[in-house]
Parts: sequence; structure tokens; C-alpha cells
Amino acid sequence: MIELKHITKVFHTQKGDIEACHDVNLTIHDGEIFGVIGYSGAGKSTLVRIINQLEKQTSGEVIIDGEDISQLSTQALRQKRTKIGMIFQHFNLLWSRTVRKNIELPLEIAGMDKELRKQKAKELIELVGLQGRENAYPSELSGGQKQRVGIARALANDPTILLCDEATSALDPDTTEQILELLKKINRQLGITIVMITHQMEVVQKVCHRIAVMSEGRVVEEGHVKDIFEHPHHTITKRFVRDISNKATNNQLNDDLKAIYPDGILLRLTFDEDIARQPIVSRVIRETNLDISIVSGNLTNTVDSSFGILIINVLGGSQEQYHHIIQVFKDYHVNVEVI
Amino acid sequence: MSEIFNQIDWEAMKVAIEETTYMSIISLLVAVVIGLILGIILYITQDDGLYPNKVINKILDFIINLFRAIPFIILIFIILPLTNLLVGTMLGATAALPALIISSAPFYARMCMIALNEVDKGTIEASKAMGASNIQIITKILFPEAKPALISSITVMGISLVGYTAMAGCIGAGGLGNLAYMYGFARRNMAVMYTATFFVLVIVFIIQGIGDYVVKKVDKR
Repeated sequence: MIELKHITKVFHTQKGDIEACHDVNLTIHDGEIFGVIGYSGAGKSTLVRIINQLEKQTSGEVIIDGEDISQLSTQALRQKRTKIGMIFQHFNLLWSRTVRKNIELPLEIAGMDKELRKQKAKELIELVGLQGRENAYPSELSGGQKQRVGIARALANDPTILLCDEATSALDPDTTEQILELLKKINRQLGITIVMITHQMEVVQKVCHRIAVMSEGRVVEEGHVKDIFEHPHHTITKRFVRDISNKATNNQLNDDLKAIYPDGILLRLTFDEDIARQPIVSRVIRETNLDISIVSGNLTNTVDSSFGILIINVLGGSQEQYHHIIQVFKDYHVNVEVI
Repeated sequence: MSEIFNQIDWEAMKVAIEETTYMSIISLLVAVVIGLILGIILYITQDDGLYPNKVINKILDFIINLFRAIPFIILIFIILPLTNLLVGTMLGATAALPALIISSAPFYARMCMIALNEVDKGTIEASKAMGASNIQIITKILFPEAKPALISSITVMGISLVGYTAMAGCIGAGGLGNLAYMYGFARRNMAVMYTATFFVLVIVFIIQGIGDYVVKKVDKR
């Protein structure tokens, strides 16, 4: 169990004091995935570094399994850190080492025997699904693969806690999904407590059991993900929830449209700046002999170009003809999406 | 053609090449060791370093700048008493070593600090999070990650050292510089001058070639 009690952190800079954390109180239970969400500058990265004492708090206590780790000697703290894994936004791998050697680094630091290290690295490589890439250098890996190495490295000394500092922020959505699945699997299989720092609401929504929302160094809201989603109180939380529900309403909107226009097909056409001012729709109607009904449209004009989105309902044709009309639009360089 | 070559004392040329190589290699090795130590101290005592210490950092920084600022040809004369004390003579290849080392070690210290500063701070943070001690951070992270820059700095310094040995040669240290000046320029034996220059170039190209090869080998970025 991780208990943060009245954590305050003040950075003294030339421009004056900056309070990165103000009286933060959190309890993170064993085996849970706990998310800390906030916009940049909210103090969440500082908070996660206080958990493994990469940053020392100005005041307050960090208690891990009943032990106040801010009171530990340097030696004891280093020992403790081997049991707290950490992964980073930019992976922080050593380019001079291969995948296997990167994973072995924390074991070397802990003074483990060479043969045991090899064995352990092999197991970890399998756990994160990097078989066959053991001898590759980080420069030869994709972002997702690099983060897998980062995860394997963080798990090398069998930690009980895994800290994730914006671990998916530098990855594309698909890769993010895969990494989150991997983290969930690790949490389930190994029972590790995971603390995730992120500014992406989708991330906490997908994996976290409980979350804390941070703003200007304070925890403004804390609770189960579901409760926070359903009843956001603070303005910051509401903003996060709105961001993500906007994406959800897009899908909702599509479903609604389909219900209203059950016949024919619905197409979302995107007109780029180059073609937005051409009479494409009327040409397509003439060429295909199909009926088109305009459902909704939106055209944005700037000084020298236009950009438009048009949702249309195509009626009275066969499957083949629908196929044809999509092709015709595409021939006019219109981006077509079937709803 | 053979007449031109006959003007060259090949035995003297061989000795000169040996002297230049000897001066360059010994001073390079010693300067790298001293420079590396000073460079690490400079790096770790910085404000956000592993052992921040303003006083040591400022003093060392000043000394390094001082010795880098003194022109080599003047430095040789300034430290003559020290040279006499250390090697017991002011003449010959060995007598040139103190001046060569004192002028190049600060240079390497500076290059070393720059190279270490280029190491991604994130990897250092990651190793701290793994529980690494400062010594482990230096040996397992900093050196391996800075290796290509450290090696290419050795190449740069090696080449400028060859140049310095030629200058030292003019005031009695021997070597190719001495040969080119005394026998070539002063006695108007152009064949000796150009041949000596040719061998200086060969040495420089060899150093550059080795340096480039090693950097290419170790750089996995």
C-alpha cells in the first residue's frame, strides 16, 4: 500500500517559488491500477517522482507498506527502489545496449549473477512479447517495442509497484492500446500495483480502477473511474469527461443517423481545400444517375481555400451502384467514409 | 629524382618519425587519463550533477580555461623549470611531454564534460529509479553512452598533438617538426622539409582513420 500524506513540494527557481504539489493525500491499494490525470503542469510528474524519491518532498510523508521511505538512508533507499519499477514517456533506454542488455541493467545494478541475469532477461522478453529482438539495439525498434523493453526492464527486479510516467503519450493510438493491454496483463498476472500518470482520459478509462484528478498541484477529485465519469464535480474533471464524450458522441451521432435514414447508404464526404470549390456533387449525380439527399454539411472558408464535410444519403441503387458512386467520389479526390 | 632522395638522411628521418610518434602517443595517453578524471569531476560537481559542489567546479573550470588560453609555444617556455624538475633536461622528446600534456589534458577535460552532458538525462533518471549508485551511474551509464563522443575527441586531440609536437620540435624536442625546420627550412633542404611534412600527414591520417573506424564500431544510435 502506498500512502501519501500531506505531500507538498516547492521548487525554488530564480523566478520565485513554484508549488508543484500542495497537501496531496492519496492512498493506493495493493494490486490496483491507480491513475493520476491532469493537464501538463498539474504536478502529477512531480508526484510520481516523490513516490520513489527521485524528488524529495518539501513536507509530508511517503509510506510504502508501512515504511516511511523519506526517512531511509541512501543505501536503503536504493534497495527500496529496486522494488519500484518505473517506465517513461521517452522510454529512456540505453542506445549503447541491446534489448537484452538493457533489460539486464537493473539486475547488474542489483549485483545479480550473470547466468541468472540471462535467464531472467529471457523470461521478461517472453512476458512482453519481444522474442527474436533480444539482440537488436533500441535504434532498430519501434516506439511500442521500445516501451516493451522499458516495461521488461522495470519488472526485472520483481517490483511490487510499477510507476508509469506518461508511458503512452509518445505512442500512436494502436500502440497505446497494445501497451495498455500489456500493463493490464502484468497487473493481473503478477499482482503489481500500477500508478499511471497521464493526460489522456482514454488511458485511465481503459485500465484504471481508481483515479485522482490533479490541477495546479492539488488533487481536486478522487474515486472510482465510473463514479468520476458519471458525476464529475470539478471543472477540470468536467473538461476531461467532455473531451472524451465528444469522441463518444461522434459514434452516437452516426448510430442515430442510421436510424433516421435506414434506406440506401450514408456517406461522410470530406472535401480538401483544393477541391472544395468545385461542383463535384452535381457531376457525380449526373455520372451515376443515383439520388442523393443531403443530410448535413459544413464548409469552412479561409482566405484562400475551403474545407468541407458533407454527409449524404444515397438512395435507390444496387450494392454495385453504391460501390461505383464511392469510387467516383474517390476519383474526384474526395475522402469517403461509409457510416 | 634519386638525387633529391639522396639529399635526405633516411636514418635521421626514421628517428624523427619515431620521436614524433613517441611524443604524440605518450602525451595522448596521459592527457586522456588526466583529462577524463578532470572532466568527470567537472561534470559531477555541476549544479545538477551527482555530487554538486560549486567551489570545486568553479576552481577547476578556471584552471582548465587558463591552461587552454595560454598559447602552446609560450606554455613550453613558462613551464621549463617544471620540465627540468620532472625529466631532468630541457631537450629531447621526453622533455616535450610535460608541455604537451599540460596543454592537451584541459582540452580533453572540457571535451569530456561536453560529451557527458550530451548523455540523455532521462537515462540517468531511469538508472536512479533502478537503485543505481553514483559510481554505477558513471561506469554503466555515462561512459558507455558517451563513448563515441569521447573517442572522437581523442581523435581531434591526437591530431592537434601531432601539430604541437612539430612546434615543440622547433625548440629542441626532436621529431619531424625539428627535422623539417632545422634541416629542411634552415639549411634550405626542401626535399627534407616536404618529406617530413609528408610523414606528419601520414601520421595524422592514420589517427583520423583509426578514430573514425572505432567511433563507427561503437556508435549504435
